[in-house]
Amino acid sequence: MNIVVCLKQVPGTTEVKIDPQTNTLIRQGIENIINPFDAYAIEEGVRLKEKDGGRVAVITMGPSQAEAALREAVSLGADEAILLSDRAFAGADTRATAYTLSRAVAKLEKCDLIICGRQTIDGDTGQVGPELAEMLDIPFVAYVSQIEEIRDGYLRLRRMVEEGHEVIETTLPAVITVAKEINVPRLPSLRGIMKSKSAVIPTWGIQELGVDESSVGLSGSSTQVIKVFFPQRVHQAEMLEGPLEKQVDTLIDRLKSAGLC
Amino acid sequence: MDYFLDEQQKTIKDLARRIAEERILPVRAELDEKEEFPWDIVKDLADADMFRVFVPEEYEGLGGGCLELCLVVEELSRVCSGVAVTYAASALGCMTLMEYGTDEQKRKFLPDIASGKKLTAFAITEPTAGSDAGNIKTTAEKVEGGYLLNGTKQFITNGGEAEIYTVIALTDKTRGARGASAIIVEKDTPGFTFGKKEKKLGIRTSATRELVFKNCLVPEGNLLGKPGLGFIQAMRLFDRSRPGIGSQAVGLAQGALEAATDYARERVQFDQPIISMPVVQHMLADMAIQVEAARALVYAAAKYVDSGARNVTEESAMAKVFASDAAMKVTMDAVQICGGSGYMRDYPVEKMMRDAKILQIYEGTNQILRNAIAVNLRKRKARTA
Repeated sequence: MNIVVCLKQVPGTTEVKIDPQTNTLIRQGIENIINPFDAYAIEEGVRLKEKDGGRVAVITMGPSQAEAALREAVSLGADEAILLSDRAFAGADTRATAYTLSRAVAKLEKCDLIICGRQTIDGDTGQVGPELAEMLDIPFVAYVSQIEEIRDGYLRLRRMVEEGHEVIETTLPAVITVAKEINVPRLPSLRGIMKSKSAVIPTWGIQELGVDESSVGLSGSSTQVIKVFFPQRVHQAEMLEGPLEKQVDTLIDRLKSAGLC
Repeated sequence: MDYFLDEQQKTIKDLARRIAEERILPVRAELDEKEEFPWDIVKDLADADMFRVFVPEEYEGLGGGCLELCLVVEELSRVCSGVAVTYAASALGCMTLMEYGTDEQKRKFLPDIASGKKLTAFAITEPTAGSDAGNIKTTAEKVEGGYLLNGTKQFITNGGEAEIYTVIALTDKTRGARGASAIIVEKDTPGFTFGKKEKKLGIRTSATRELVFKNCLVPEGNLLGKPGLGFIQAMRLFDRSRPGIGSQAVGLAQGALEAATDYARERVQFDQPIISMPVVQHMLADMAIQVEAARALVYAAAKYVDSGARNVTEESAMAKVFASDAAMKVTMDAVQICGGSGYMRDYPVEKMMRDAKILQIYEGTNQILRNAIAVNLRKRKARTA
């Protein structure tokens, strides 16, 4: 089984601060980590490989320092790692990200299963997995909590729904996103860390992927971040007084003028 | 302090710390309370290749020495000294094999030890042989087909849990300590059973048990080195393992220092955190000095062992004695700083204080080791006189 795991390097904190001048994240002094949900994806890929054989490749799109996340994935058992990095990739939204990842998956030789975390802890959209499946035109299952059976061209798994789970069968190749219920990620091993330090990690840019600059990064994005800010919570309360009927009339007038009824 | 560890040593230390904080810390109070052997943690350590650290590369290890072993033990002990000794005892139990075993013996046993599949234990202590280690009574009589073991070993760390035991027994009982030999005994050998599991003051997650041999036949090929050298092999082993106990003490004391410092910063009395009070500051400063001095001595002794020096008795004894005395003092002061809370089991320092006491006792009491240091001083003086 050839497995590809997509991961993202994210700030290792939930207390992200925003610079009020530039409206960007303050990244200074914040350690970067593998997106926690992606750690479950790596673990599941490595477990499948250990059980049935095959290879696990990890890919990430990001700046050069994202290579550290890939090395960590190698220390956890991934066989191969590829960094998708190019100035043209900067500013990508989920669509442009998924497109870039899809080109990388297409460039990798045979691929049976693509595993992603259910969402990132920074963007929180949960869109890249399904978009990737759409672009590759293969089946997609979200919130996977257990892989029940996997063999050539066939996959049966459980996905979490609000009250319980669904059992789904699908053909392969497919894209799945995993929930934290699926496993307990291992710690790296010393031999894994030593192997990861000497691992050769190629960087693929627009040339290697053979993509057009206009279809990736900011120019390939359908959405743009105009501003990042903390929403101001405004509380305005007005107490209506007088006889009850008059209060009701006033309330209806107010709702009408606010366009709410 | 920066001890200028190399890349691999830093990696080992960092990963050991991560295991300690992520896997041991959440369960240490429970392991202590229930006196349960930490099998889950042993598996984590095995998966992380920690048992490979002290095994040579040709037997599927990572080829580390005394210092690398000390780094792991220190980090584990910073969180739980009971887990640390369980790990360290498995190194102790195969060091005689690594030093005196034949290639065939090493090939047979070491790969499973390196992978963490099998734990080991070292057994010399008996009811009549503690500090007087030469006074052992267990016999290993040469018979057709091997050695027949009879006798009882006492207070054996990892007893009952380990698969591979290095046992010191008399192959020639007429010669006393000079008739002792080191023999490997595997668990489940007929005639080899376990006596009572001890209930201890501290390091309660570790297993301490009697080994009982009744006409236990062990293959001749399990003898390590030459017969009659067992006592010398054991003494040489302890000379090389004592920095490990020193590192256990350093880690434990470091953990206590951190816990006491955290508490002193948070605890407010007379409208100020108690860390603002000079009396508490000086106690913490003294603790920090003890910890760092102990660490420096332990690392230096470990490096001296790794240098291949012939006689390391004095240096390794100094490291063990100084560090364990420091750990006892530092953990007692940590309880003192934490006051009433520190005495309660909801806080970690009372466990640390209980765990510290054994360090002054096992692998040579601090009194016996001071004797050894003094003997060396006299010898040296006599040589120069």
